[in-house]
Amino acid sequence: MSSSAEEIEKVIGQKYKDGFVTDIEVETFEPGLNEEIIARLSAIKGEPEFMLEYRLQAFRHWQTMKEPNWAQLKIDPIDYYSISYYSAPKKDSDKPQSLDEIDPELLETYKKLGIPLDEQERLAGVAVDAVFDSVSVATTFKGKLKDAGVIFCPISEALQEYPELVKQYLGTVVSEKDNFFATLNAAVFTDGSFVYIPKGVRCPMELSTYFRINAANTGQFERTLIIADEGSHVSYLEGCTAPMRDENQLHAAVVELVLMDNAEIKYSTVQNWYPGDENGVGGIYNFVTKRAECRGANSKVSWTQVETGSAITWKYPSCVLLGDNSVGEFYSVAVTNNCQQADTGTKMIHIGKNTRSTIISKGISAGRSQNTYRGLVKVAKSAEGARNYTQCDSLLVGDKCAAHTFPYVEVKQPSAQIEHEATTSKISEDQLFFCQQRGISPEDAVSMIVNGFCKSVFKELPMEFAVEAQALLGLSLEGYVG
Amino acid sequence: MISIKNLHVSIGDKAILKGVNLEIPAGEVHAIMGPNGAGKSTLSHVLSGKAGYTVTEGSVTYKGQDLLALEPEMRAREGVFLAFQYPVEIPGVSNIYLLKAALNAMRKHRGEAEVDALDFLALVKDKIKTLEMDEKFLYRAVNEGFSGGEKKRNEILQATILEPSFCILDETDSGLDIDALKVVSAGVNALRDEARSFLMITHYQRLLDYIKPDVVHVLADGKIVKSGGPELALELEAKGYHWVEEQVA
Repeated sequence: MSSSAEEIEKVIGQKYKDGFVTDIEVETFEPGLNEEIIARLSAIKGEPEFMLEYRLQAFRHWQTMKEPNWAQLKIDPIDYYSISYYSAPKKDSDKPQSLDEIDPELLETYKKLGIPLDEQERLAGVAVDAVFDSVSVATTFKGKLKDAGVIFCPISEALQEYPELVKQYLGTVVSEKDNFFATLNAAVFTDGSFVYIPKGVRCPMELSTYFRINAANTGQFERTLIIADEGSHVSYLEGCTAPMRDENQLHAAVVELVLMDNAEIKYSTVQNWYPGDENGVGGIYNFVTKRAECRGANSKVSWTQVETGSAITWKYPSCVLLGDNSVGEFYSVAVTNNCQQADTGTKMIHIGKNTRSTIISKGISAGRSQNTYRGLVKVAKSAEGARNYTQCDSLLVGDKCAAHTFPYVEVKQPSAQIEHEATTSKISEDQLFFCQQRGISPEDAVSMIVNGFCKSVFKELPMEFAVEAQALLGLSLEGYVG
Repeated sequence: MISIKNLHVSIGDKAILKGVNLEIPAGEVHAIMGPNGAGKSTLSHVLSGKAGYTVTEGSVTYKGQDLLALEPEMRAREGVFLAFQYPVEIPGVSNIYLLKAALNAMRKHRGEAEVDALDFLALVKDKIKTLEMDEKFLYRAVNEGFSGGEKKRNEILQATILEPSFCILDETDSGLDIDALKVVSAGVNALRDEARSFLMITHYQRLLDYIKPDVVHVLADGKIVKSGGPELALELEAKGYHWVEEQVA
């Protein structure tokens, strides 16, 4: 008996014995970028034929393009041919086995943000037991969405399950020839989210990347496609307030939103990628193309973003207001500290009649950072009665940082009303001393003043996100005072 | 309460205070008067810990500890309160938020729990009435768009809520009309008790009609040159600062 028990033990203990695992074992690709690499990537993902065609078309075009250099950013040259464009998901045995193996500094940050232990493990990429709470959470959650007819899954899964739907919309908002980074993404994206909200459906819960199964390892080229059909409504939360570690330095994501008549999408982002150390070493380059197309009349899209991470951010969530009476909103808080650089803003393209847009941008610069707002408000001849209101405020903390504002306005319709307000202010020594004299530490005082400055944006965030964002802001600016 | 011994302070190379000696026992109100440039505001800033001043000699002992060794926020938590001559504006931060953050910082320091939101609101609404301020001031950004008089009332409101043990009033009467002066003085007088001391800095005798000091000091050229009872202020008012300066010279 005992010997057979040992035998069984032995068999079970073995890993990846031939015929035991059905997955094809995939190696991480060697660095490089060519048509063969793209074909292999597409094959591994089991993609339909049209997808490979799409990717190759993008790649061929990308080879004719040059990196944009108009942004107020200093970027070291990137060698796109020395990057590996696919890496196999980590095996559990390769992951850290417990939180003891994680950088104590990272754990300290988690603690300050009040993140529960099991969540810390997930974020730090610790190998977790087969039965993990969030799996059951995710399952119940999936069931509820299914009842409502909502599709919410990894885009790789959508390509297999709903190829026609993906084909109909993918690349229709951000074409595969749009810009250098978006085109690269179209050629090599690995995964991302797909959401479809059917006609008249109000999504029963806030969709969060946090709950998405297979959320890990979406890779450095993430692709998101959200379609809100007529009269539907969805609120989508992207990102996480905890600092995200990633070995890939270059990130080039594409997000496309499609809105039909009377549809509404609220898209909230908290971006907290690794910003590099206080000397600017390391850190993520975040080059994102995000665009929403309000195709239907009376549709409404709202981007809310809190950007505190990344060494370099290049990002302009935009709204194309095609449908009559459609509405675009952009609420942004961008914080830069140490050597971070951000060039971010939005584009509001008014095409339909009586389209309206609102831009509220709050930039906070500390340390030696550079923070730029760049925004375009464009009113086409067809956009009778278009209205825009832009408010652009910069707050300087210390005297070695900089804030820049580049508002572009192009109006071809005489009935349009455009308003632009901008302010620049500074946290003064006198304000800090006043707060200290009332018993408040300088760190808390900075945090309080900055939060006050950002109030009008935070109130647009979903409740629990807003609370976390406030804590995050304090952390991002920590170490400035003194 | 507080004992200042031979205090010398300079800004850069310039000596401002040149050996100030001052004892304020618990429960007493001391007024400091003096001509412009005598060092009155420097004294209030050094006691509260503002940056930019160098103490070259002397000591300040407050409740038995070396006050000058403490960070400004620690001094505040230990009960030192400065009513600013020019209160700053803090856009975006509501008055009530600041009050609550300040009170909680003090309570935390004393090892007490954070104040209950409803209790706090009741307390603030009660106190704000005594200063004849409208409740809407609570929800406005700190001092933003306040008139001079409103700012000064706001300072006293903060003192009333925070209940410090040592209050420095830096020219609290400047910029106040007579009605506002009465209200602010009443607020200060309501705070007077045997455990609390005041250092009142002013140019004018007028304030002392409303807040009766126990001792009046004259500060001239960085030193206290004369001390006396409330009658000294009246004499100054009549004869001017020259009179003291001549006496000393």
